[in-house]
Amino acid sequence: MRYADEFRDPVAARALLEAIAQSTIRLGATRADPVSIMEICGGHTHAIFRYGLDRLVPDGLEFIHGPGCPVCVLPMGRVDEAVGLAEREGVIFTTFGDAMRVPGTRKSLLQAKADGADIRMVYSPLDALALARKHPEREVVFFGLGFETTTPSTALSIQQAEADGQANFSVFCNHITVPPPIKALLDDPGCRLDGFVGPGHVSMVIGIHPYDFIARDYRKPIVVAGFEPIDLLQSVLMVLRQLEAGQAKVENQYARVVPEHGNPIAIAACADVYEPRDSFEWRGLGEIDHSGLKIRPRYAAFDAERKFGIGYAASSREPEGCRCGDVMTGRIKPPACPKFGAGCTPDMPLGALMVSSEGACAAYWQYGGVRAAA
Amino acid sequence: MCLGIPAQIVAIADPARKLALAEVSGVRRQVNVAPVMPESGVIEELIGAWVLLHVGFAMSRIDVAEAAKTLALLIELGEAQAEIDAIRASAA
Repeated sequence: MRYADEFRDPVAARALLEAIAQSTIRLGATRADPVSIMEICGGHTHAIFRYGLDRLVPDGLEFIHGPGCPVCVLPMGRVDEAVGLAEREGVIFTTFGDAMRVPGTRKSLLQAKADGADIRMVYSPLDALALARKHPEREVVFFGLGFETTTPSTALSIQQAEADGQANFSVFCNHITVPPPIKALLDDPGCRLDGFVGPGHVSMVIGIHPYDFIARDYRKPIVVAGFEPIDLLQSVLMVLRQLEAGQAKVENQYARVVPEHGNPIAIAACADVYEPRDSFEWRGLGEIDHSGLKIRPRYAAFDAERKFGIGYAASSREPEGCRCGDVMTGRIKPPACPKFGAGCTPDMPLGALMVSSEGACAAYWQYGGVRAAA
Repeated sequence: MCLGIPAQIVAIADPARKLALAEVSGVRRQVNVAPVMPESGVIEELIGAWVLLHVGFAMSRIDVAEAAKTLALLIELGEAQAEIDAIRASAA
């Protein structure tokens, strides 16, 4: 695949690993007192385990897996509301496949589908819009999920629905933003992070400057990274080099995709369609100020919350024994959770991080990180 | 759903809705190119462009010059490592 295979070159990987090892030695990092780097994005977590990078890097380097998996942090209350919408007469509920198995209080969307609700997995909100055109007598609701990466596609779909006068299309908006939870993590007195690998595709949309506060106010390095193994290793090395030099800067390793100022068309579409919520609940992390988006009144006709009278209701209840919050803040590794593999597996997830393939627990489970940790 | 995939724009499908055809590993699908529209507004200019595709939207044009720069750096690293490996092998 063009612009992917080149970034999987094993020879370059070895060279980078060697440089990373030397850097951790110079920093005096050890297994007992490692340099802790958080990869914010769930896609990076997945890549780290898929390519076994967690086992290739030296002992003195530890990856802390961040909260950047939108399906994982979706609160139970919102899943319940999605199930409720899907069970309504005349509704076709459309969602990305990732969200199907997220447990709600009553059931997941997958269980609701088995019980007869008309729930359809789509690849794109464009497919949901096409369904609305095809079934004018039905209400087609799209489950708007994701960070800044997918947020513009939902906004552009809403704008298109308005232009087309597609009155039977609406969005159940659960879009969230990356910077607020990072600030919440950094404000946590127990935070022991030394630096960050920044999310590549979120940054492709918002650019690199929304992370300036991390370097300026918290004095931590952050390097926006691509998703191939070479990208990740190079970014880790860039973080280490900053630490060695006593610097804290925002750097961009993924310049082939991430422009400094992001994508202005996408940013404008989002500004037109959304406004921030006062706060939004994150599974495992709780309520975080201004971390979620809702649809502006101007687009009320396409807002499933308004159309079907659903109020955003917080629901902090977490499954008993679940320690997703501790994993997400780097306090424990997934196998240290008592439910890991014992009541919580990818087939029957209990906690958020076991749900999506981008969740830290699912990645540990799938790629044997558990053996490395043992 | 957050992972993008590189695709090449091969044809324009619906200029008014900013829809084009993109090819990914031999598979074609209709995609929205609104986020990568050229400043000229001429959608046809996108034909042949490499984009990163996210949930049916071309969200970024892959910057070929930047990709080449990163690759050049990697090749340099790789060559250095090959030298080191050769030296190690000869010393063994």
